[in-house]
Amino acid sequence: MEFVKRAHAENLVRWAKDRPEVVVLSADLTSSCEADLFRDTYPRRFFSVGMAEQNMMSFAAGLAREGFFPYVHTFAVFICRRPFDQVAMSIAYPNLPVRLIGFLPGITTPGGATHQAIDDVALMRVIPNMTILECGDATDVQSVLDVAQAVDGPVYVRMLRGEVPRLFPRDEPMRLRRARVLSEGDDVAVLSSGICTEEVMRATQALGDRGISLRHLHISTLKPFDDPTVVEAIQAARLGVITMENHTIIGGLGSAVAELMAEAGLPKRLVRLGIKDQYAHGASRAYLMKKYGLDAAALVRAVEGLSGESLGLADEDLRAVELAPVESTSKPEDL
Amino acid sequence: MNTVEGKVTNPGWQTEVKQTARAVRRRVLAHTLENNGGYLSQACSSAEILATLYVRVMKLGPSQGPKTPRPFLGVPGRSNPNSFTGAEYNGPKAPDLDRFIFSPVHYALVLYSVLIEVGRLGPDALDQFNRDGSTLELIGAEHSPGHEVTAGSLGQAISQAGGIALARKLRGDSGRVWVFMSDGEFQEGQTWEAFAATSYHGIDNLGVYVDANGQQCDGLMESVMNVEPLASRLESFGAAVYEVDGHDPLALAAPAGESHEGKPLVVLARTDPCRDLELLRRRAPKLHYVRFKSDEERRAYEDALAQMNQ
Repeated sequence: MEFVKRAHAENLVRWAKDRPEVVVLSADLTSSCEADLFRDTYPRRFFSVGMAEQNMMSFAAGLAREGFFPYVHTFAVFICRRPFDQVAMSIAYPNLPVRLIGFLPGITTPGGATHQAIDDVALMRVIPNMTILECGDATDVQSVLDVAQAVDGPVYVRMLRGEVPRLFPRDEPMRLRRARVLSEGDDVAVLSSGICTEEVMRATQALGDRGISLRHLHISTLKPFDDPTVVEAIQAARLGVITMENHTIIGGLGSAVAELMAEAGLPKRLVRLGIKDQYAHGASRAYLMKKYGLDAAALVRAVEGLSGESLGLADEDLRAVELAPVESTSKPEDL
Repeated sequence: MNTVEGKVTNPGWQTEVKQTARAVRRRVLAHTLENNGGYLSQACSSAEILATLYVRVMKLGPSQGPKTPRPFLGVPGRSNPNSFTGAEYNGPKAPDLDRFIFSPVHYALVLYSVLIEVGRLGPDALDQFNRDGSTLELIGAEHSPGHEVTAGSLGQAISQAGGIALARKLRGDSGRVWVFMSDGEFQEGQTWEAFAATSYHGIDNLGVYVDANGQQCDGLMESVMNVEPLASRLESFGAAVYEVDGHDPLALAAPAGESHEGKPLVVLARTDPCRDLELLRRRAPKLHYVRFKSDEERRAYEDALAQMNQ
């Protein structure tokens, strides 16, 4: 599998080259949020506002009112928790085109509870006018800015940094309100987001070998949540539905799917994989994914629960899986 | 702290400010009597500040808003093309014109009254104040006449004004950005974040008038949580600060003509929350919102209004 280093840093510089109205605001996490290359390339469009996120959010709103497109870069926790009121009242209420680029979603950081945004999707979902996007691989990272920029209003992006795997073909960019269909099947519908998608992909073949077929959708638009392919996948699922997210199971993808199923009257079992209404702690990503049930093994257990059979799959079988970029089975004309 | 020598050149505008301020107090008192409630002390403290801004300090074009305010047509959003801004009452947006950002929006009744007295709103506009479906809301939002941002969560407008002023600097606009604040907002941490940022970035097209009336919801600020000495605190944050008599038009207007290169300007207007309405002092120290407690009290205020009208 290919890994792309600092995919956002280079993409942002390339993408912003002919967009002079794009400015970047940073609150003392410039290199940590891969905004350093932008700062060094376009110093006049970069504004360091110090560790003061409340002011940064309202300040970005002021710039947006005047026709600029502020790309606020900080950790996801510092977008969604501390300056929640400023995001809601200064940015979202007037429907301003501020793009909030949130790094280190969920347990992708060893920084402990203060740095782990396990509640950010829930918090942003309740804000009217807000659009929420989440990246799952390097192709998502390299195409999310186009998706965000096309939205008339504020956008929150769950971004990935550092070495990011490429799971999807380079020439299949993220699309607004469109899931990527990564496998076809009629036993279980699996809806995953962010880093959990890679874990589902690890399990898909092994489960197929045991006779369980997954209809796997990678969700990158968490709000609005109205992609008809999601409803179709749920309708087709014989045994039930599993959601998998790097987030608390309250208020995020799992909740959005539950609401959708209830409103559409789809009588299926639903298993929500994610952090079970608790705080995590500081440790490695692999350890945390296993401990909080966000890995391929957790998905296998959930499938076993739905099917009522033990599938006899060991952790090692799943870890050994080599992943190549998977073309979406959706037809381009479907998008 | 800076001081400015008063230069009497054209005293006509000062008379206009004083007349406007008196008319605003009368209008707010009359309205408070009619509705048995209102933000009365805010009119007493801020009438000269707002009148000086509109009559003398701010360079605004003619109002673009209808004299009879439009009703509420929904909040801003992708699916609502009908939402509008109350900033239209402060004239068109143009590179050489100033902008006005109104922060303590519970002063809305005072601002609406100022807009009426300076001819930007029709004389009957207050008939819609706090009525269901009206934009002349009790606590103004950005659809309310004279309001450009939604500032009811205090301390956010100064940061938004900082962003607007920075954008105008980047564009090379010559117009300035004026903010009206209350001293209570200096209890919010965000206010200090904003001054740290605007002074660090040299945002000197920004001017802030503060109604320093020493009052807040719970009572006297010094008994709730003192923020003084505000002048030296603001200077240490990098602002150019002028402390003036907030009821003296000449003193209020003078700092706007002073150079403050590389620094945001702050005019700390010391005011009396019972100015021209001695009766109100009986309610001290709780002056935030006035609702009459008895017919006797109400009659006393009616007498005070009759005296003001003489």
